[in-house]
Amino acid sequence: MNILNILDEIEKVDGEIYERLSPRRSAMKDFFNVGKKISLAALPLALGSMFQKAYGQTNPANVNEVLNFALTLEYLEYHFYNHALTNSTITFPNAASRQAITTIRDHELAHVTLLRTALGANAVTPFVDGDFDFTGAATFGTAFADVFSNYQTFLKVATAFEDTGVRAYKGQAPVLKGMQVLTTALQIHSVEARHAAHLRQMTAASLNVPLKPWIAYAANGNDTGIAQVNAVYAGEQNTKILDIEITGINGTAVTQTAAAESFDEFLTGSAVKTIANIFIRTRKLA
Amino acid sequence: MENLNDQKQDLLAEDSSFMQAKLQRRSFLQFAGAGAAVVALTAAGCRKDRINTPLPSGVTLDFKDDFGVLNYAYALEQLEAAFYIQVASNPPSAFSSAERTYFQDIQFHEIAHREFFKRALSTAAIGSLEVDFSSINFSDRMSVLNAAKAFEDLGVAAYNGAGVRLTNTNFLVVAGQIVSVEARHAAYVRDMISNGSFADLGDAGFAGLNANASAGLDASLTPDKVLAIAGKFVKTKINVINL
Repeated sequence: MNILNILDEIEKVDGEIYERLSPRRSAMKDFFNVGKKISLAALPLALGSMFQKAYGQTNPANVNEVLNFALTLEYLEYHFYNHALTNSTITFPNAASRQAITTIRDHELAHVTLLRTALGANAVTPFVDGDFDFTGAATFGTAFADVFSNYQTFLKVATAFEDTGVRAYKGQAPVLKGMQVLTTALQIHSVEARHAAHLRQMTAASLNVPLKPWIAYAANGNDTGIAQVNAVYAGEQNTKILDIEITGINGTAVTQTAAAESFDEFLTGSAVKTIANIFIRTRKLA
Repeated sequence: MENLNDQKQDLLAEDSSFMQAKLQRRSFLQFAGAGAAVVALTAAGCRKDRINTPLPSGVTLDFKDDFGVLNYAYALEQLEAAFYIQVASNPPSAFSSAERTYFQDIQFHEIAHREFFKRALSTAAIGSLEVDFSSINFSDRMSVLNAAKAFEDLGVAAYNGAGVRLTNTNFLVVAGQIVSVEARHAAYVRDMISNGSFADLGDAGFAGLNANASAGLDASLTPDKVLAIAGKFVKTKINVINL
């Protein structure tokens, strides 16, 4: 029985075996040296517990961090829509608009439940409605003061939240690379994109503006024309993907705006936290 | 010089028992390496009067590494682009002017995706696929919308299901950059068919796409399942290996 050979074989199908076994690769090298001295009889036991740690239900710390980050954003979205539906003076123009917001609210709650289950005891203390100030008054003053009485203001903030959510999940995908939980995160990510597309259409209809379901080119990335949410769209004007210019690519008629629209951009965790913290009263994200 | 490939195929076919022995990858590579050497020797002595047998038809998606996943995405983007080019160049008469505009937009998004993969894959790119859209009535608005919905929901399922296979972080991010745009398309087309159905994860359109309505999860399918569904729109044979 040669542990080095076993690990070598596993590495062929799981390139991250060493990272799974220990976040510190050097620690594994130390283990090899010890492993050579462990008696053959004791080795299977040592291996068993090692692999259980590596492939068991426990998420690595950085994965929990990502999932709790996502969970907090889902709480923000859920309470926002729930507040609009159950504790506001917003006049929805028709049954369809109320139903759409209900559909979205229900998805956000489902995401909260799902993420809490995935995190188990590591999940953050639940956020309640009072943890949020959805007017973002400390930063925006009175710009969104009527978010729960004016349907149009509500739509503006909702659109910004969804487009932020899409960018947030995209930015965290690398941490989850190759893990089963990545697929779940991607399945949430594309649902947020569907929400964003629909809210953009609702906003376009209500405000009579040419907002598209996808994010069109604007010099500063923000195609909504709402200056307060510039940070949500920062960088969306990008047309270069992996150093390949998409405008006019391979002699096609792909315009600058089509190029910017065809690839959504990610946001870093810190950029998302800055945006989210505008709406969080006390339990701000660090 | 097509003989090169023929020769390799023959070599592999000759010893089928060897192939069936479920080789470890390392052994296989050793074998393939030896094969390549034999091929090179054969090529060195290849004569023009050698009888040609046709190349194996179709394209091959080799999922042994990220390039296979990117080629898989390239294949799907080829399919989508071909569909939207046909719609945008001759839209159903019942299309509103807004629908004409947005289908133009989507056409260029899919062309951008297709050309991105072609450029990124460079010499590793598969060839062009021949499509079969005989099941779609391009003059009928609902037929076009339903086909578009099927393509977009399937595209979302494909990217969501394939993301976990990517080992290169940059490729993973790009896949994320594309899938959310496909999801925006899907939501838009669904709303055109029935307003408010943008994310009806439990409806008939999501059947078989492995979405989960009660958990708020979008579609996600492995490549074999996606290709089985997409197959009816493709004439070119798509071979899948190392999945």
